[in-house]
Amino acid sequence: MSAVGQDIEKLVKREYKEGFYTEIDSDTFPPGLDENVVRAISRKKEEPEFMLEWRLKAFRRWQRMEEPRWAHLRFPKIDYQSISYFSAPKGERPKSLDEVDPKLLETYEKLGIPLEEQKALAGVAVDAVFDSVSVATTFREKLADAGVIFCPISEALQEYPELVREYIGGVVPAADNYFAALNSAVFSDGSFVYIPKGVRCPMELSTYFRINEMNTGQFERTLIVAEEGSYVSYLEGCTAPMRDENQLHAAVVELVAKENAQIKYSTVQNWYPGDEQGRGGVYNLVTKRGACRGANSKISWTQIETGSAITQKYPSVVLEGDNSIGEFYSVALTNNMQQADTGTKMIHVGKNTRSTIISKGISASRGQNTYRGLVKIVKGADNARNYSRCDSLLIGNHCGAHTFPYLESKNPSARIEHEATTSKISEDQLFYCMQRGLNEEDAVSLIVNGFCKEVFRELPMEFAVEARKLLEISLEGAVG
Amino acid sequence: MSERFEQLLAERSRLDLPGAGVDWVETIRNENARRFEELGLPTPRDEDWKYTNIEPIARKSFTPADTGESLTGRDLRAIAIPGLDVHRAILIDGHYSPTLSNAGELGDGVRICSLAEAIDEQPDLVQPWLGRLAAEPEHGFRALNSAFLQDGIFIWVPDGCRIDTPIELCCVQHGEPEETVSQPRHLVVAGEGSRLTLIERYVSLHDKRYLTNAITEVFARRNARVDHYKLQQESTKGYHIGSWLIEQHAGSHVMTHNAALGGATARTDIRVRLDGAHAHCDLNGVYVLNGRQHVDTHTKVDHCVADTSSDEFYKGVLNDRSRAVFHGRVVVHPDAQRSDARQRNKNLLLSPDAEVDSKPQLEIHADDVACTHGASVGQLDDDALFYLRTRGVDEETARGLLTFAFANDVIEKFELPRLRHYVEHELTSKMFSIDDLEEII
Repeated sequence: MSAVGQDIEKLVKREYKEGFYTEIDSDTFPPGLDENVVRAISRKKEEPEFMLEWRLKAFRRWQRMEEPRWAHLRFPKIDYQSISYFSAPKGERPKSLDEVDPKLLETYEKLGIPLEEQKALAGVAVDAVFDSVSVATTFREKLADAGVIFCPISEALQEYPELVREYIGGVVPAADNYFAALNSAVFSDGSFVYIPKGVRCPMELSTYFRINEMNTGQFERTLIVAEEGSYVSYLEGCTAPMRDENQLHAAVVELVAKENAQIKYSTVQNWYPGDEQGRGGVYNLVTKRGACRGANSKISWTQIETGSAITQKYPSVVLEGDNSIGEFYSVALTNNMQQADTGTKMIHVGKNTRSTIISKGISASRGQNTYRGLVKIVKGADNARNYSRCDSLLIGNHCGAHTFPYLESKNPSARIEHEATTSKISEDQLFYCMQRGLNEEDAVSLIVNGFCKEVFRELPMEFAVEARKLLEISLEGAVG
Repeated sequence: MSERFEQLLAERSRLDLPGAGVDWVETIRNENARRFEELGLPTPRDEDWKYTNIEPIARKSFTPADTGESLTGRDLRAIAIPGLDVHRAILIDGHYSPTLSNAGELGDGVRICSLAEAIDEQPDLVQPWLGRLAAEPEHGFRALNSAFLQDGIFIWVPDGCRIDTPIELCCVQHGEPEETVSQPRHLVVAGEGSRLTLIERYVSLHDKRYLTNAITEVFARRNARVDHYKLQQESTKGYHIGSWLIEQHAGSHVMTHNAALGGATARTDIRVRLDGAHAHCDLNGVYVLNGRQHVDTHTKVDHCVADTSSDEFYKGVLNDRSRAVFHGRVVVHPDAQRSDARQRNKNLLLSPDAEVDSKPQLEIHADDVACTHGASVGQLDDDALFYLRTRGVDEETARGLLTFAFANDVIEKFELPRLRHYVEHELTSKMFSIDDLEEII
């Protein structure tokens, strides 16, 4: 075996430093799901009546639906009755940061997300979601001064019920798909963002999701509305403790961009991926969709997917407004027994709409990585333009990389281009780096980073650094 | 939805099928009849039929076509490829016509004859190969063909034998009465180091409604070279479902050229198994559609072992209310190292009512590979049009020239000049009303 081959063998070791568990008293529902659970969640959140109705409707639809199995993923059937649908640290929701349980603050500090504002990353407001509830939201006053609403969605339902009612389910309908319907029935928390007309959000907004309890699922729902001419950049991060059992995460994210508005949504997903034998890990089954409602609006998705045992998500953009723009930048890494089936959908409805898709898949060890994407040009979408590029990098001989794009065009003035390549790191590239004095691991890291550069460039600066580090840890011992 | 086809299946009992009472033949038939009952006809809910709805076919009551021996050589002159010297095998409504065919005696142990005859007379040649690539039918149509296992052509080329003159296999639809179904079944075995060119044509003499449901199994043994052309020229009301199932052994080279010109709804499956080192396959194809035509091309190349390569290139031109579907899957199996696969699909959408759906797919389970695919949908280049206009070419001719040039990328890969000219002519007369375009070209 060549030196490179040996290093590839070596490379499949990794450490999950976020895998600790926080001992904290919590109020957790017993496992099981029926209408009473849905009612209980709604009651716990003191929601307005319409929300309960909405949840129940979604729940009844969900009961008649079947779990989809068309993706290139293999995992045992999920027992929805063995999951607990609500878990929250005991006690009243703290009114301010001073009241937050120090154990929780410590947890977030350990995760590198300090919640005390003086310590926090300058210019980033954080909503920290712990199991089913939001425990703290920073910089709220500063944001309120600008007219920006950034709060847990449960709170928004009490304080701005009409606003939530107007938009919730507007982009991802309650019964859009199996997991979205489940989420609509039992979602517990998430972030709500409202940027008023003409406002450029003064800071980056960020939500940090943490699963802590055993046997719980996390079902958060995020809703971002950008009014005319506004701008917001939003980032989410996620981690969970190491456990032998699988945990379910089924989120829904809805984005609405009106005329001339821009939403930039970045994800660094680092849920626990399971161990080398594929024991444990999070099932990350998520529906994310944005609607460019107004002319000249823009929605951009950037995702770094390094965690989760199973990932299935297709952040999409419906380009309704004329001249609107959709973008999707993705790095998805599968190592060990991880499987990912991810990509995007760009639905061109308005005239002169444009979309760009850049997807970089990396498979190592026995990972299975699938890009699945749809570019659809409807009849009236004159001069629509799409460019897609999907590259896959293979590291080791037991992994798989798959590319399944769907291109549908009904307009003769539209142009669609799709290109894809699949290859391994070439010995020439490695040799070149090593004869310049890099060791093999650094050489591979350099090449992988170069491979992903187009996507990292799209991340907010602080997170680009973090993403690069994350990739290095995830690949440690996996490449030559 | 498949009820009418189940009735069709029941009609087997009244037909005089070859190899009746012979165990291995009956096993294939019965097994596939059973599979058809399980599978039924495909629906758009099946991922592989997502964009092709065959309900118009399922709604009709097709009856098996009788032997249409009433045709003469004169009837066939109209559909001959001018100036092309061929060994000709003719099937009328799915039945081999010994009187119209002239491909019988080639010497050297070469066999070109009716499959029905070969099943009865030379079972030892046929049995090891027939049905091997269709054993697990992917959809109901394939099961249906195997459940009848009726007639078609059998080509046997012994080891080391070169056949320089192309073989033209002409499946003619006589089309009397309406709504008949013919299910040709062809088997081609190219021995080690042999050479063969096969032109498989589906043509119609009348503009009638009928269904062709064909399967061609091709085996290219070690170092064999097979050039395989398919011209799908069914009537504008005809339905065509065809499968090319190809297995390649070490060092073999197969070129497939597929021109889809006719048919109301037409679907061609091409399956290639690269099963020996240094096997190489080229898949070229062009579909040129107008009216309400719907053409679906569904290819899958399996790189089963190391050191194999494939190159796929499909282009399509869509006019009027036509719809084209392209599905191209490349699978690199575990340990099929040093696989080299290229795939391109380009479409020209010329009408606001046309639609194209393209699904290139890579499924890679080995790491030392170089695989790429590209797909595009667009229209004629405005700059190129403008350039031609400045040279005094009128708009219609300019568009015609550019469209022809687009499709010609594929056609110029046809290695037989006479055949190339024939297809160019068919294409231009289908697409353009301009008389002098051919001259300019």
